[in-house]
Amino acid sequence: MLLSARKLCRSFGDNQVLFDIDLDLQAGEVHALLGENGAGKSTLVKILAGYLRATSGDMFIDDKQKSYRSSGEAEADGVVMIHQELALAELLSVEENIFLGCELRRGLFLDRRAMRERSQAALAELETHVNPRARVKDLSTSDQQMVEIAKAITRNARVLIMDEPTATLTESEVKVLFALINRLRQRGVAILYISHKLREIEQIADRVTVLRDGHLVDSGPMAGRSKEELARLMVGRDINEMYPPLTQLPEDGAVVLEAQGMVVPGAVKQASFTLRRGEVLGFGGVVGSGRTALIEAVLGIRVKSAGKVLRNGQPVVLRHLRDAVRQHIAYLTEDRKGKGLVLNMDLRSNVTLLNLRAYCHPLIDRRLEEQAFQEAIQRFDIRLRTAVRTAAELSGGNQQKLLLAKVMTIDPEVVIINEPTRGIDVGTKHQIYRFIHELTEAGRSVILISSEMSELIGLSHRVAVMCAGVLTGVLEGEQINEQEIMQYASGIKGVGADEQRYA
Amino acid sequence: MSSVMPNDKVAENKKSKSSGVDVDLKTWGPFIALAALALLGMLINPAFLGLDNLSNMLTRSAFIGIIAIGATFVITAGGLDLSVGAMAAFIAGVMIILMNSLVEQFGTGITTVLLGVGASLLLGLCAGFINGIVTTKGKIEAFIVTLGTMGIYRSLVTYLADGGTLSLDWGVRDIYRPVYYGSLLGIPIPVLVFLLVAVVGYILLNHTRFGRYCFAIGSNEKVAEYSAIHVDRIKTMTYMLQGVCVALATIIYVPRLGSASGATGVLWELEAIAAVIIGGTMLKGGHGRIWGTVVGAIMLTMIGNILNLTDAISNYLNGTVQGIIIIVAVYLQRASWRKTGP
Repeated sequence: MLLSARKLCRSFGDNQVLFDIDLDLQAGEVHALLGENGAGKSTLVKILAGYLRATSGDMFIDDKQKSYRSSGEAEADGVVMIHQELALAELLSVEENIFLGCELRRGLFLDRRAMRERSQAALAELETHVNPRARVKDLSTSDQQMVEIAKAITRNARVLIMDEPTATLTESEVKVLFALINRLRQRGVAILYISHKLREIEQIADRVTVLRDGHLVDSGPMAGRSKEELARLMVGRDINEMYPPLTQLPEDGAVVLEAQGMVVPGAVKQASFTLRRGEVLGFGGVVGSGRTALIEAVLGIRVKSAGKVLRNGQPVVLRHLRDAVRQHIAYLTEDRKGKGLVLNMDLRSNVTLLNLRAYCHPLIDRRLEEQAFQEAIQRFDIRLRTAVRTAAELSGGNQQKLLLAKVMTIDPEVVIINEPTRGIDVGTKHQIYRFIHELTEAGRSVILISSEMSELIGLSHRVAVMCAGVLTGVLEGEQINEQEIMQYASGIKGVGADEQRYA
Repeated sequence: MSSVMPNDKVAENKKSKSSGVDVDLKTWGPFIALAALALLGMLINPAFLGLDNLSNMLTRSAFIGIIAIGATFVITAGGLDLSVGAMAAFIAGVMIILMNSLVEQFGTGITTVLLGVGASLLLGLCAGFINGIVTTKGKIEAFIVTLGTMGIYRSLVTYLADGGTLSLDWGVRDIYRPVYYGSLLGIPIPVLVFLLVAVVGYILLNHTRFGRYCFAIGSNEKVAEYSAIHVDRIKTMTYMLQGVCVALATIIYVPRLGSASGATGVLWELEAIAAVIIGGTMLKGGHGRIWGTVVGAIMLTMIGNILNLTDAISNYLNGTVQGIIIIVAVYLQRASWRKTGP
C-alpha cells in the first residue's frame, strides 16, 4: 500500500470535523473522495499532505509510519497537493514557480537553462501552450492550474492530491486533464481526486470513498456503484427532508426586480431575468459562467456596458451598492472573509456597519447597537463561545449568520445570496435553508446563486442557468433537475435570452 | 500523536487567558510607559515635576500632538501622510507673507491675524484634499503621493523664502504672540488647543459613523465597499482632517518664532507617525487610538526633556532613545497581536 491512513480524527476547538477515517491509496489508481461541502474532504487531504495535523490517528507511507509537521516533509515523500485556491507566486514566471523552493543550481548560481528545459518538458506533457517565461499573473485560471500540475510532476509526485481541480476549467480543459490523469496513472502515481461532480468521478475513478459530516460512509471499487447510490450516500437523506417546502406563489406575483439585456465586459455577454414577489430564483452554472458578475452588475458594484434594471417595474440606476441598499436590495457576498465581514472588528460593529445611520442620532448609540446585536443573536441563532471578540474568531457557519444579520439591518425586500452554504456544516445549512423559506413566506424575494446542484433544486421556484456569460435558460417546475441544469450550464441546451424573456 | 489533543486544549486555554491580559496591556500600555517615563524623570531630577517644566513640555508636544491626532485618522483608515512637515512649513510661509502684506491694508490689528488664521485653515483643508483625491481617484499609494507633495511643499516654501527666512511683521507679532505664549486659567493656550483637538478627535473616531468607517476601511477596503460605505470620500476626508490639524498646529507655531524657512517642520511627519504608532494605532490600519496618540506625542517630547535634565546621556542622543522606544513599543504591540490575532 502506497499510502494508508488509520482512524484519523481532527477537531477544531470543540468542533470535531473528522471521525476515525481509514483510507488506502494504491500506486496507479485514481481514488475519488466524495462528499458535500463541509463533509471534511479538504480537512482530510490537508492532513495527508502535511498542512494540518491529525488530532489522533496514524498515517503510513510504504507501510512506514509518518507524521508530517509541514507540507515540505510530505512533499519529500512524494505526497503533493494541488490546491483548490491556487497557491502560486503571481509575479514570478511559470518556470520560476515550477521550481520555487527547489531551484536547480550550478555552483552558486541558478541554472536557468536547465529549469527552462524541464519546465518546457513538463508543460509539453500536459499539452498546454503556456510559455514558461510568462508571468503567472497573466495566465487564465485553467492555465494556472496546469502550472500547478506541472509543478507537481517535476517534483516526482507519487501521491497527487487534487482538490476540485475542474471547478475552474472549461470542458476541453477537463478532457486534457483527464488524459493527463490517465498518463499519470500508468506511470504508477496514486491520485486522490476530490470532487462532488459525480459525472466526472464516473469517468475516471477506480475506487471511491464517500465522506459525510466527517464520517466515512462508504469505500470501495467504483465498478458496481451507481451515481444515484453515491449521491444518496453523500447527502445522507432525501432531498425532501433537507429542504423546507416551497412558498406558495400568488397567481399574479408582481415582478419586484428585472434585469434586461445585461452586458458586463469580459464576463456577461447577454442576460435578462425577472424576480417575482415571494419567489426564490436560483442561479446555476459552473464557476466563472458569469453569475456573480451579472448580479454584481445589477447591484451597481460592477460596471455594465449595456442593460437596464427595473425595480417594481420602474427603471432604476444603481451605480453603487449604496443605491441598491436604498432600493432595499440586500446582497450577501460569497466571500465572507474578503468582502463580507470586517474580521478584526467586534461582532456588534459588524452587524450595524451596513446601516449604521439607523443607529446614530447623531453620535453612534451603543445601546441601540447592542440591542440590534442581541436581536440578531436570537434571530439567527449565532452561537458565541465565551470571549469571542472579533468576527475572525467565529466559525464559518456563525460568520455566515452574522453576515445575514448584517444585511438584514436594511430591512430588504430582495435578498441576493451568493453561495450561502460554502464551507458550512450541515446543521447550519438547514438553518439557512429555513431562513430563506421564512424570507419568502414574509413576501420577500430571494436570488440564490449556488454551485450546489441539490441546493438549487431543493430551494428554487425557478432556476436561471448561465454558461460562458450567457443566460441560457430559465427552468421551471419539472424542468428543474440535475440533468437539465447541466445541459443548460454546459451550453448544450438553450440559446439566448430571447425566449426566456417572455417566459 | 494521540497526546496532541490535551496539548491543544491547554494551548487554547492559555490563549484565551492571556488574551484577557493583553487587552488591558494594549489599552493601557502607552499610559503605563508614560508613567514609567515620568517616574524616571522625577528620579533623575526633581525639577522634572515642576509646574513650569510640565507646562513647557506639554506646550512643546502640542505641535506634534495635534498633527498626530490627524495622522491617527489617516493611518486608521489605512493611509499615510508624509507631507505634514512640509505642509506645515508651506502653510507657515504663506501665512506670514499674507499677514505681512495685509498690514498695509488692515494695520497690525486682530483682523490681519484672523485673516491669516483663516487662510491657514483653508490652505490645510485644500492641501489635505489634494492628497486625498490623488490617492483615491488616482489609485496611487498614499506613500508615493504624499512623498511627492512633501517635496513640492518643501521646495515651495524654500522658493517663497528665496532660500532664506520669512519673518513676520513685528507689529503683527505682538498681537499674535499670546496664541503661543499666553495662557487661560493657568493653562498655556497650545495645551488647551491640543486638548480640544484630542477630545474632538476622540468623539469623531469612537462615536461617529465617520470614525467607524475609518476602522472598517483600514481593516478591509473591500468589505467597506460591500457595506455601502463611500470609501473614497471617507479616505479623502481623513486627509482633509489631517490638513486642518496641520493648519492648527502651524497657527500655534508661527507666533513662537515669528518666522518660517525651508528648515521649518523638518521630520515632523516622522515624529507624528511615531507618536501614532507608540500610542497603539496599527500602521497597516484598522485600529486607532486617540488617547494613545496623545500619550505618544507627550512621550516623545518627554524623552528630550529628561535628557535635558540629566548628564548621564548626551542630549545629542535624543534621536537614539526615541528610536529605541518606538521599536520597543511596536514590538510589544505586535507580540500581543500575534497571540490574540486571527
